[in-house]
Order: sequence, then C-alpha cells, then structure tokens
Amino acid sequence: MTGTVEIYANGQPILVASGISVAAALLNAGITDFRVSVSGEPRAPLCGMGICQECRVVINGVPHQRSCLVAVVPGMRVATGD
Amino acid sequence: MPPETRESERYAVAVIGGGPAGLAAATIAAEAGQRVIVVDECPAPGGQIWRYVGESPSNAAARKWMARLNRSGAAVATSTAVVDLRKLGDANFQLHTVRDGVSAMVKASRVVLATGARELFLPFPGWTLPGVIGVGAGQALLKSGMSVRGRRVVIAGSGPLLLPVAATLRHAGARLEVVAEQARWETIARFTLGLWRRPFLLTQAIRYRAGFLTRPYRTGTWIVAAEGEGKVQRVTLTDGRKRWSIECDLLCAGFGLVPNVELARLAGCRLQDDFIAIDEEQETSVEGIFAAGEPTGIGGVDLALAEGSLVGYAAAGRNKEAEPWIRRCGELRTYAADLANAFRLRPELRELADSETVVCRCEDVKLGAIRPEWTMRQAKLYTRAGMGACQGRVCGSALHHLHGWQQETPHPPVEPVPVGALL
Repeated sequence: MTGTVEIYANGQPILVASGISVAAALLNAGITDFRVSVSGEPRAPLCGMGICQECRVVINGVPHQRSCLVAVVPGMRVATGD
Repeated sequence: MPPETRESERYAVAVIGGGPAGLAAATIAAEAGQRVIVVDECPAPGGQIWRYVGESPSNAAARKWMARLNRSGAAVATSTAVVDLRKLGDANFQLHTVRDGVSAMVKASRVVLATGARELFLPFPGWTLPGVIGVGAGQALLKSGMSVRGRRVVIAGSGPLLLPVAATLRHAGARLEVVAEQARWETIARFTLGLWRRPFLLTQAIRYRAGFLTRPYRTGTWIVAAEGEGKVQRVTLTDGRKRWSIECDLLCAGFGLVPNVELARLAGCRLQDDFIAIDEEQETSVEGIFAAGEPTGIGGVDLALAEGSLVGYAAAGRNKEAEPWIRRCGELRTYAADLANAFRLRPELRELADSETVVCRCEDVKLGAIRPEWTMRQAKLYTRAGMGACQGRVCGSALHHLHGWQQETPHPPVEPVPVGALL
C-alpha cells in the first residue's frame, strides 16, 4: 500500500499514492474542475461511487472516464476541464 | 481498434454487485458447488462500505469475506458494468457486460441483484460547487485515497451515515466543524432507546451512543446554502429559527440512501415502495432473479450479509440451509424499518432549492424550468432534465422526493457506454 506512482495531470507530473483512485489523486492535487458543465460551471466529484458522472475526465486520450472508478497507473495521462 | 465480443460465458449463478450482499451470496452459492460469477464496476469488490486501497481491506469482516470468496472458486469480474439484463427463457438469463468499452455476454441460470444503494441528493443553492460531495461520498472518496488532513469539513443532511462518516473523517485528520442532522432529537432518541430493547442489536446501540457524543452534533439543523468562488468556502445552516454561516473547504451533504433498482426494473422485477419486491427467500417477481442488500430495503451491512447468505443458499437450491437465515433477516429488517422512521426527511427540505438552483446537473436544468405537475417524461422532453449522462439517477431521485414523480422504466444500456460496445 505504501509507495507512490507518477501520473500526469494536464501535462504536469504529480506523485500520488499507489492504488488510489484518479478522482482522489486529482482532488489531493487541488484540482476543482474535473469537467465543465453545459453552462460553463466547474464540476468536481459529487457521489464518489460512479453514479453522478461529475468526475468524468479524459484518461490516456479516452474521454468520459469516471475517475472515481479508476485506479491510478504509473504514467497515466489525465486531462480535466473537458 | 475494432470492438471485440467475447464468447458467451455460462454460469449457474451470476451476482451483480460485489459489496457485502453480493460477496456473501456469491461465496455461499460457490461453496454449495454452483458455478458462480460476481460482477462489479469498481476496480475491486467491497461495494461502498468495504472500499479499500492496497492489498486488502483493513476491516476484519471485509477481509474474512473476501478471503472466503477467493477460496470458494467463484469467478470475479471487476471494472465491469452490467448494462442490460434479459430473461431469454426459464433459467436462462443474459447479462450484457462492458469492460473498457468491450462487450461480453454472460449467461446464467439464476441472477442475484446486489446492486446496493446510492445517496439521495436534494438540491440547494450552491450544491454544484466543487467541494460539495455526499456523505457516503465522503466515505467512498476517503477510502479511495482522498486526503482530508487539515480540511475544514461540514457534514449535513440526514441518516445514520452522518456519524460514522464524521468519525472516519475526523480520524483521518479533518477538522470537523459541525455535523448537522435535520431530524429532531426526540425522534432519534426514541430510535436509540428502541435498540436497547433488542439484545442482539446491542453493538449498534453502543455505536450510536458513542457516536452521539461526537461534538459538535446538532439535530434539527439543515442546510440553507453553500457559497464560494469556484469551490465551496462557506455553508449557511438553519434550525428553523436562526441562520448562521460556517467557513469550510469540504461539505458532505446527503439525505439518506435510495436503492439502485435500474437493472431490476429493466428485467421486469416488481417494486414495492420503491424497493425490489421479494418473497421469503429473496426471490423477485421474476422467477430466477433474486435480490439482496439495500435494493430490497435500506438496512446496512449486517442485513446485507444476512440477505446475501440467504440468497446464496436459495440460489443454490439449498432451502434447508436457507431457513435459519430467513429468521435472521426478519429480525434485522425491523431494526432497519425503525431506522428509516427515525430519519424521515422534514418538509422544509423540499423548499431548499429556488428557481435558479440547478436540479439536473448533467444538463444544467434549473428547478424553475420544471413544472411540478409534469411527469419525468415531460421534463425530459421539454427541458432535457434526466437526459444526461447519469440517466436521471441524481435529478430523478431528487424530483421523486420533491414532486412525487415516478421514475421512468429504464432502457438499456443502463450506464453510458461507448457506441463501439453496442455494435
């Protein structure tokens, strides 16, 4: 459980604890705009369990990934604010 | 890359959901010699309450059940969503599963729906601000690695989850500003007194007594609004007479739990009072489909494990072994009913949102754009509320509470999937 991995959040490398969810990693890095709503509001996780879809980010080029359901993997590229 | 479809896999029992109820059902059915698969959309089993990061959960009961599941021989499919469930014939069900955008059809003679529950979110001004999450969400995100060290946290809403989540967050280093429960002290006190009358619920009673000593815990208190620039910075609370504001970095706001019954409805299972209707052996109105845990009635982990065990035996045809579990479930269920009563939502909570408050977060539809006399279908057609990615799970449950609307019958896929998975 101890140990860190490096992932990229919007091009910036960040060190995160191994095995945590991408949502947790982004929240810990202070990111508050996981996605942007239809009317331009920043949105971040609400339910934490895959229901609300507010935590959607682009992972390794694939959009609409529910970051609360994906564990971090070394080298992962995450893009927010979509 | 062209989409692949694996060949159909066939099982005697397919368990949908790997939380406590699903784990118990799968383990017991597999131990009884059945060919079992348990499918969960999270990267690891455990559901919400037994969520963990790393090799294994710290919770002893969770570790015990997961080890037992591993020994039982049941197949486990994680990061896998079930987007459609059909009865093809007697003892012949088909689950459409999707993992990483790839479909696989799973066939089973019997299905166990252990799909758990989600939080009831009631809209209030500022609820869409980053940093406003649910109460169960606080637990789930924390257990998935979110840090709350030094963060000022307000927990508000309703239900027995508020106190254990408050304790967990505090233990993880959060600065707990207040826990605000909307129910009145008198109704909660009556409930805890009732617990003492049932000896087998002693541990729950003691847990609640200890929990209520959490400072600061306020009853009869609810949210007015959340405010901040780009994220939550302040919460305003009320006790019905006065209002006051608290600075915070994280607001956990949840109003109880609602069952995940989309697959049940899709498969034609009858509901009773919004939960899956079951018989004594937890079989639904569709022969061959069983249900266990929160979807049959919110009752917590002990009831989920008992129902899961009962279903495991029932789905394996072991009716004799199932019998003692029927009684155990009955006992635990009365406790669950008392719980629901104690934390009934007060009418003021229907008035939190104003016309400018977004009610459908996926499509940014404000409450003012929706007429109370509509149906969910009309709201979808006229405003797009309920047509977004969450498929009406968040706004639909809120509008059901606010306006009494019935949820629509779901259509497959019950989760968003890439088109490639459907071709």
